[in-house]
Amino acid sequence: MSETIDLSVFVKRQDDGTAHLDLAVEGIDCAACIDEIEDGLERLPGIVDARLNYTNHRLSVQWRDGEIAPSAVVEELRRLGYRAHPFQSRLVEEEETRRAQWLLKCLAVAGFASMNIMLLAVSVWSGNATDITQETRDFFHWLSALIALPTVAYAGQPFIQSALGALRNRRTNMDVPIVIGIMLALVMSVVETINHAEHTYFDSVVMLLFFLLCGRYLDQAMRRKTRAVAGNLAALKAEVAHRIGETGEVVLVPTAALDAGDRVLVRPGERIAVDGVVLSGASEIDESLVTGETARKAATTGGRVYAGSLNYNGTLTLQVTAAGKGTLLDEVERLLENAAAAKSRYVQLADRVARAYAPVVHLAAALTAIVWIATGATVHDAIITAVAVLIITCPCALALAVPVVQVVASGALFRAGVFLNAGDALERLATADTIVFDKTGTLTLPDMRVVNAGGIAPDLLEAAARLGLSSHHPLAAAVAQEARDRRPFDGAVEEAGQGVRAIVDGLEMRLGSPAFCGATTLAHDAVRERADASLIAFSWGERRAILLVRQALRPDAIAVVKSLREQGLDCRILSGDRPEAVAPIAQALGIDMWRGGCNPAEKIEALDALKAEGRKVLMVGDGLNDAPALAAAHVSLSPISAADLTQAQADAVFLGDKLEPVLDTVEISRRANRLMQQNLKIALVYNLIAVPLAFLGYVTPLVAALAMSGSSTIVTLNALRARGRSAPAEPAAPPQELAVQGA
Amino acid sequence: MNVLIYLVPMALVLGFTGLAAFLWSLRNGQYDDVQGAAVRVLSDDDLRS
Repeated sequence: MSETIDLSVFVKRQDDGTAHLDLAVEGIDCAACIDEIEDGLERLPGIVDARLNYTNHRLSVQWRDGEIAPSAVVEELRRLGYRAHPFQSRLVEEEETRRAQWLLKCLAVAGFASMNIMLLAVSVWSGNATDITQETRDFFHWLSALIALPTVAYAGQPFIQSALGALRNRRTNMDVPIVIGIMLALVMSVVETINHAEHTYFDSVVMLLFFLLCGRYLDQAMRRKTRAVAGNLAALKAEVAHRIGETGEVVLVPTAALDAGDRVLVRPGERIAVDGVVLSGASEIDESLVTGETARKAATTGGRVYAGSLNYNGTLTLQVTAAGKGTLLDEVERLLENAAAAKSRYVQLADRVARAYAPVVHLAAALTAIVWIATGATVHDAIITAVAVLIITCPCALALAVPVVQVVASGALFRAGVFLNAGDALERLATADTIVFDKTGTLTLPDMRVVNAGGIAPDLLEAAARLGLSSHHPLAAAVAQEARDRRPFDGAVEEAGQGVRAIVDGLEMRLGSPAFCGATTLAHDAVRERADASLIAFSWGERRAILLVRQALRPDAIAVVKSLREQGLDCRILSGDRPEAVAPIAQALGIDMWRGGCNPAEKIEALDALKAEGRKVLMVGDGLNDAPALAAAHVSLSPISAADLTQAQADAVFLGDKLEPVLDTVEISRRANRLMQQNLKIALVYNLIAVPLAFLGYVTPLVAALAMSGSSTIVTLNALRARGRSAPAEPAAPPQELAVQGA
Repeated sequence: MNVLIYLVPMALVLGFTGLAAFLWSLRNGQYDDVQGAAVRVLSDDDLRS
């Protein structure tokens, strides 16, 4: 791209005369990249500071305002071999970062407190066994109280807030029994300290808080990582458009800089980056990314076009409309709202367990107190034992059982090229028993390929492909992908609406419509054979060939669908494309249950019918028309090439040209779900042993400390198995595949 | 056991120092790029031309 992009909307100007730009950088794969990028940029005049964050691949650049253009920074990075895209941090991500910091602070305070209180508690325990004096013990207990009370007040906030929120909505969650347990134990310990008693539970309370905060922080960290990746992907995908200014000059700007009402120029072969109305010009556009329909549609003055459509042969001038104003988008948005409303909020496994758990725990504690009083113990002893039951049953292991598995499993998914959008998606993925695929862009690749390459003489194909490099036409671009030699022929001339021609070694080559290449009879035969493909003809002297261009199946689609079926999943296709285009794909994959020509509402109907049969549907789709279906399905996946709105609805997004991540996702999530249930069972067994002990009054603070740390360690170790038997490591696949996607 | 009178406060002060140091490092952005910090230590920035 020789034009420079106007990036001024992304630049933040600061008071000290410097300007600041955040970029998401693609292609960082080793430590040397840090120096290369930072040194390279700092050599530019005017640059004050360039700092690359290696963890999230973001670069922050500062320069003295006016000394260098922001596009020069991007250009320099391109020269160094990195693609950089301006990045605007999104509100959700900032919110998550703030919350993570807060949780980390709480964790640090709880960690500090539990270490110091444990120091005092161990002294008391060993002193109780030997010769500690009353005064020393009281002194230690008061010190513990002094540390524990402010700690709970500060580090307990995440739980107290969440518990109060749940109670206000007349629900209970895991945090309600936690907060009740903590508060009772704290109050009892203070009372016991005043009474010069032998045992207090300050150490248990604070240790409990520490473990619980670990679980909370891990949960948060997983979500934040996903958000950071999603933010980068959004930036890498960010497209550019040619804006026509007031005076008619054309400027290349990022689409984020466009406002409704702006005029945009779309040249032949470009992907339309915005929703809009055609002001002038006529062309054919391919809306397959939007509707799934592979046949081209005419775009004329006054017609509507959608972001993601591919412009074929004419130049169009568009007026940008605000999102959600198009007829198709209106329909999609309406369906989306309905789908989201109809889908009752999925109750997570941990919450389901907590709902059953809280009443049982409180009942057990109450029962303990009553039985002890009934058998003649003092009220004081009865209450102390009841509180011990509450402490020992506090869902410490339970609170770690699920988040740790989720973190480990989402790490495994990350390595497989799958990013989770929703934390609870793992559980839903694991229970899916039916997979519904969209065809265009999901089972097939989003880009077109020559399908009959094998049937054409290699030298002819290579020549056609090299000639295709000189054309903007999407069909020619598909042919050009076959070129091994990426140098275009000299003197190639493109004739609008016809094709491209060049004279090579005295012989004329033509690539274009069959009539342009004098291959109409050949074309007739080819059309009869393959009705679902687009044709492009090639002539070289007297030699003629017809190339069939079509969206090819993803390379491993057949094997993946077969494996999915072996795993007991029912595979189906619901496509917006014509039935005659869907049939051959379904046949190739061996899928009997397929439907073509579905509009978004029909897709939802079909999913509802499956739901009525009691099936849990995993929907895999990419088009704008799939978005409502993705929202309506039990769980959903979409490829990274999907429309933005669609991606936002999907529970997970996968990278790359292969369909394999779908299979990996199912396997990893099933394994994770097994482990979560296993962990919950471990926690249950622990309670079955600990509760009777507590009931009988054998639980001293020492026993409680051992039991809590023991059970937490066991579930954490068990959760690490979610990584799976170290599969043949595919080193850092995502960055490379991203490059392919962005190209 | 009079030694406790100053040993215990000392232990607490040391603990607080650790906590304060952690909170400072958190606010200072020391944990923003943990992977980068691990590899930056290997770069020869003193040899920079």
